Amino acid sequence: MSVALDVVTIVAVSGGAFFFLAGTIGLLRFPDTLTRLHALTKADNLGLGLIVLGLLPQAASVRDGLKLLAVWFLVLLAGATVSQLIARVARQDGPPG
Amino acid sequence: MTIATTYEVLLAVMVLGLAVWIVAARETFAAAEGFVAYGLLLPLIWVRLGSVDVALAEAAIGGGLGGVLLLSAAARLRSTEMAVAAARPGRTLHLTAAIFSAIVALSLVAVVLFLPEPAPTLAPTAVENSAATGLGNPVTNVLMAFRAMDTLLEKVVLLLALVGIWSLAPEQLWGGRPGPRHEADPRGVLAFLARLLCPLGIVIGLYVLWAGADYPGGAFQGGTILAAMWLLVMMAGLTDAPEIIRRWVRLTLVAGPGVFLVVGLGGLLLGNAFLAYPAAYAKPLIVAIEIAMTLTVAATLGLLMAGPPERRV
Repeated sequence: MSVALDVVTIVAVSGGAFFFLAGTIGLLRFPDTLTRLHALTKADNLGLGLIVLGLLPQAASVRDGLKLLAVWFLVLLAGATVSQLIARVARQDGPPG
Repeated sequence: MTIATTYEVLLAVMVLGLAVWIVAARETFAAAEGFVAYGLLLPLIWVRLGSVDVALAEAAIGGGLGGVLLLSAAARLRSTEMAVAAARPGRTLHLTAAIFSAIVALSLVAVVLFLPEPAPTLAPTAVENSAATGLGNPVTNVLMAFRAMDTLLEKVVLLLALVGIWSLAPEQLWGGRPGPRHEADPRGVLAFLARLLCPLGIVIGLYVLWAGADYPGGAFQGGTILAAMWLLVMMAGLTDAPEIIRRWVRLTLVAGPGVFLVVGLGGLLLGNAFLAYPAAYAKPLIVAIEIAMTLTVAATLGLLMAGPPERRV
């Protein structure tokens, strides 16, 4: 059982790290603000989501697990809001489209 | 090299590299943004050193509120930045700055290299006497009991900083509302976030204050979270910054140091020394001071961010 849980952790955290890497490359390489935001939010949502998912089997108690989920939820909330705000400013300032 | 060492080395290289980049950055705004990232990386080092209290404070102040303060300063300086960048400082100025920087750096190196082995520490004494206050977190013990004077003066300094910012106000605006009024769509995404996040943030801030007795946290960290929530509500346009002439504003600002001073003077009258808590009431007194401090820290930091008064009473 514990081996299976460890495998889940390794796979999910590696997947999360991959999305962070991909998101960072996208942030550096994509041509304009909106596509860069797109890359960044993928890192936030999927990357952090997978890492939290992978850490859940390792949590010592249900309370710790809930705290991890709360961290995920708060980052999602903040990330989604900030990207909305940045996108709005970019649309007002930049060329239409 | 173990994974932990590799991680530590990587972290140190990243922090140092970022620091050099901030110093070398040409644009003030970019440097301020770099400083925010720096303020978020530094707590990782503090956590590795086992100083979670410091890490929390650094993330909240260095990464959060300090970053906002620097970014708004950079935004204000933008119009004059070109002129400043065009003026090249002379060779003497360069040389003097280099010499002073080298002196500071070498002194720090000397201090670290010539530390006696083992380094002098009061940590064991602080841990030994932790039972005296009834608090489980040794950092809170040091801040609120063993070195309470430092903490008291620190809060007074914070107040002086706010007075300094307020004194930038033109005469006829004195006592008015700080900063411009934030206009935001009341049904927009920022107002939504403010409505959703604030109740959560207030609970978390109070939790961090309460947990500070036995775990990392305390008045400063909790107060910073509350200040951030207040700023969020103000930025979303759901509420306006208060007129700084209001009595409740002034009372909240002096509540922390005031309660601290009263308790301290009480110690002088009833007990042995200034800030000496009667042993039986040490914990309730400290908690009372911390609650007042949290309110004061939240109000002071929020108003520091809001800036000098810009609108008439």
